[in-house]
Amino acid sequence: MMTGKKLFAKVYLWVILAILYAPIVFIAVFSFTEAKSLGNWTGFSVNLYKSLFSGNMQNSGGLISAVQNTLVIALIAASVATVMGTVAAIGIFNMRGKKKQTMQFLNNIPMINPDIITGVSLFLLFVFLHISQGYATVILAHITFCTPYVVLNVLPKLSQMNPNIYEAALDLGATPYQALRKVMIPSLRPGMISGFILSFTMSLDDFAVTFFTRGTIGLDTLSTYIYADARKGGLTPELKPLMTIIFLIILAVLLFINIRSAKNNNNKKK
Amino acid sequence: MNKRSSWALPYFIFMVLFVVLPLLMVVIYSFQDSAGNFSMANFSKFITDKDSLSTFALSIEVAIENTLLCVIIGYPVAYILADKKLNKSAVTVVLFILPMWVNALMRTLATAELFNMAGITLGKGTLLFGMCYDYLPFMIYPIYNVLNKMDKSYAEAAEDLGAKPKEVFMKITLPLSMPGVLSGVMMVFMPTVSTFAISEFLTNNKIKLFGTIIQENINNSMWNYGAALSLLMLAIIAITTFLQGKSSEDTVDGGAI
Amino acid sequence: MTDRIINISHLSKSFPGGSKVLDDINLYIRKGEFLTLLGPSGCGKTTMLRMIAGFLQPDEGSITMDGKELTGVPPHLRPLNTVFQRYALFPHLDVYDNIAFGLKLKGVPEDEIDKRVSKVLKLVSMSDYEDRDVNSLSGGQQQRIAIARAIVNRPKVLLLDEPLAALDLKMRKDMQIELKEMHKKLGITFIYVTHDQEEALTLSDTIVVMNEGKIQQIGTPMDIYNEPVNSFVADFIGESNILNGTMIKDREVSFIGHDFKCVDEGFGENAPVDVVIRPEDVIIKSKLEGAQFTGKVKSCTFKGVHYEMFVDTDNGYEMMIQDYNSFEVGSTVGMSINPNDIQVMHKERVCNTFEGVMKSSDTVEFLGGEFKCLDTGLEAGDKVTVTVKFNKVDLLDHEDEAICTGNVVFILYKGDHYHLTIKTESGEKVWVDTDDIWDKNDLVGINILPKDIHITKTAENE
Repeated sequence: MMTGKKLFAKVYLWVILAILYAPIVFIAVFSFTEAKSLGNWTGFSVNLYKSLFSGNMQNSGGLISAVQNTLVIALIAASVATVMGTVAAIGIFNMRGKKKQTMQFLNNIPMINPDIITGVSLFLLFVFLHISQGYATVILAHITFCTPYVVLNVLPKLSQMNPNIYEAALDLGATPYQALRKVMIPSLRPGMISGFILSFTMSLDDFAVTFFTRGTIGLDTLSTYIYADARKGGLTPELKPLMTIIFLIILAVLLFINIRSAKNNNNKKK
Repeated sequence: MNKRSSWALPYFIFMVLFVVLPLLMVVIYSFQDSAGNFSMANFSKFITDKDSLSTFALSIEVAIENTLLCVIIGYPVAYILADKKLNKSAVTVVLFILPMWVNALMRTLATAELFNMAGITLGKGTLLFGMCYDYLPFMIYPIYNVLNKMDKSYAEAAEDLGAKPKEVFMKITLPLSMPGVLSGVMMVFMPTVSTFAISEFLTNNKIKLFGTIIQENINNSMWNYGAALSLLMLAIIAITTFLQGKSSEDTVDGGAI
Repeated sequence: MTDRIINISHLSKSFPGGSKVLDDINLYIRKGEFLTLLGPSGCGKTTMLRMIAGFLQPDEGSITMDGKELTGVPPHLRPLNTVFQRYALFPHLDVYDNIAFGLKLKGVPEDEIDKRVSKVLKLVSMSDYEDRDVNSLSGGQQQRIAIARAIVNRPKVLLLDEPLAALDLKMRKDMQIELKEMHKKLGITFIYVTHDQEEALTLSDTIVVMNEGKIQQIGTPMDIYNEPVNSFVADFIGESNILNGTMIKDREVSFIGHDFKCVDEGFGENAPVDVVIRPEDVIIKSKLEGAQFTGKVKSCTFKGVHYEMFVDTDNGYEMMIQDYNSFEVGSTVGMSINPNDIQVMHKERVCNTFEGVMKSSDTVEFLGGEFKCLDTGLEAGDKVTVTVKFNKVDLLDHEDEAICTGNVVFILYKGDHYHLTIKTESGEKVWVDTDDIWDKNDLVGINILPKDIHITKTAENE
């Protein structure tokens, strides 16, 4: 009976995993053929990879600049969000009562809001204030939905921190700035790092907010590029190798981190 | 100490400018006509427009169906992953979260293409399947987290008191994992009720969801009507959040401890 | 015997990785007794309790209750209940529903459940708490509810897994008394697990002292305290001076450089023994006449009721002494011990003995390493028995200079030196006498000089 249950569990997991990975594998397989549309096999070829790396594409590098934009926006937005979110978390942590509740409520709004609402509302604000939309507005919008996650990741680190260590540093002759840099920041660092990583991936993955705040200057991130491409009816073929490569990089990084942490755990047990 | 609470001030100002003010804009625009005068026209247009109403209803229906589907499929996955006897490897858990890192639009396109290849016509069925596929990890992860952290001695205590394995699950494990289910429901329901691109790809534009209508209105410069529709969606979100908060108050009671 | 309720025979369990948690345990539990499984963490006591409850299956052996085999019976069908370590009260149910949980599953009628719940709440002095949320209760109150939840089902045997470990000292003392009274009132068998020797001595009818998966001693609290069978039990239960001695003849033993009269017989003449002296059994006086030995007071600390002193004896041994009077540090004192208060125990071993294999005529492999030895004239491949004296094993800080390594698992102070038990990586044990101070779990390197390795060829008996 036990083995039956185990077998069922195994089969169930692998069936769901197979379904989850089917489209990704599908993309990966068809990245090795030249056909324009997915699902059309015209023989094995690595030409798509070649043209992706040489940058010789029919769309004259629209894809490359979309990838660049995505990375630049994510990097700036996540950095700003990490700094502002950490400072804000320290402030919120030291608040009491109503004030604290208000700040926490405000911090929750962008997380609960669906992307489309965040996008539309910011769009209306920019329209109302006659701000021309482009790079700056997209970055601003990304900071808006990223910062709450940083705050949420740093706050627990603050409550784990011994409240006396800041005072102890001052007592030992550190200036407030030195105490912050040498004592506070190091103990908050894990929260800041996970907040940054979360912000970065959220920004990379965003479609709806970018879509509404990018204006009409033709700014594209990877998501909006794919959307526009799909609406036009034909996907840029080089997207397939690009997605395959991105997936493999993430797979490698995650597996590496996991296997290493599992090893560390084992060593500790010994 | 008090001084450092002022460190939140820049963030407070930022939030007022870029979170509160924009939401206020949604409210203001939705109660104005295109000339900028106060008007209820947007809402009366919505109520009288059969298409909008049915899309609205369909969106909620699809979101509920998708959420239920995710719970039904995702709960067993989370349960198996959290059971040390059935799954020993942490890597399996990572495998279930990994697809989220691949661009959602790209995955959705590939799913739609797979349906095409298999000769399945795109429609509500494929929409549900595709959305479930997209959001399943968001359901699995919070449930897995709660189950994984749950003190094993609760189940053992129940067994010790005479509960059969099935009774242990129904009376102890399931109720104690409700906080995870609820946050999973939030994480799936919210994006599905507001999605637009995904539904367009999965039904080849045959089925319009509420998000798509908002998007079309905004893009076609019908800002006031778009704002009014957004306000309606905000109302749904507010109601669900409220309900979730209430029911988690009832069930959580230290269940997360 | 008919009054036995649980019989455990040849019970063994290994965990993945090979370490034996329980090693051939044999034990019976009498109906109605309060039996305590006592031992340091990792000794196997919780594993044994979990096997009786049914959460773990033994590799070998059987557990019977009232003559019926229990192994293989799932926990929910066993006629016993458990009070869990951190209570495991269901957080989503209130006090009433927690207690009624087992009864509802059995389909007991509502009004009977009501009656039994309120009766049991009265027993644990928690009446009127029915509707309370279990998370709002204090540790002590949760403890009572956990007990109530178990005994409401009227089990024949109640298992308690370190139930008081999470309470503060005052609360723990109060609950000990209550548990003892509850045991009397209910008349059911209690099997209690703890690592707290004082708790075990206070509560139990019978104590089972365990270490490293084996039962060390079974007996009443008085037996265990006054007549420990080996140095582990003597050291674990209460405070004690454990010393190397020699049994000169019947009723006469020599230790700390003096001869003493004692009451033990049958050890033979000039036999090496371990001697246990409880600190309160040393008679200490400022008068030196009539004393069996003298010493200088090294420290004196007030402990509430008595003073605890460390005294350096005239022959250089250190002894711990407890007395109601204090003695000035630095003063010379006279001491004596009544024959009755000298507990003599067989030595479990007098030197290390290992199985080994010759690698060449002057190299021998044992403990998972190759040691140089004096030329033996034996051939490579010969099986040999290696003996090494306790004080001839060198312990090193630096693993790289050592031939094999191990961890310190047990430390015994013998008055003028430490007697360590080292578990090597190969899983064998090495006993070492040393003047150096090591801590438990320290990683040490082991080295032995060639002249200290004694080798005899193992007789081949086909």
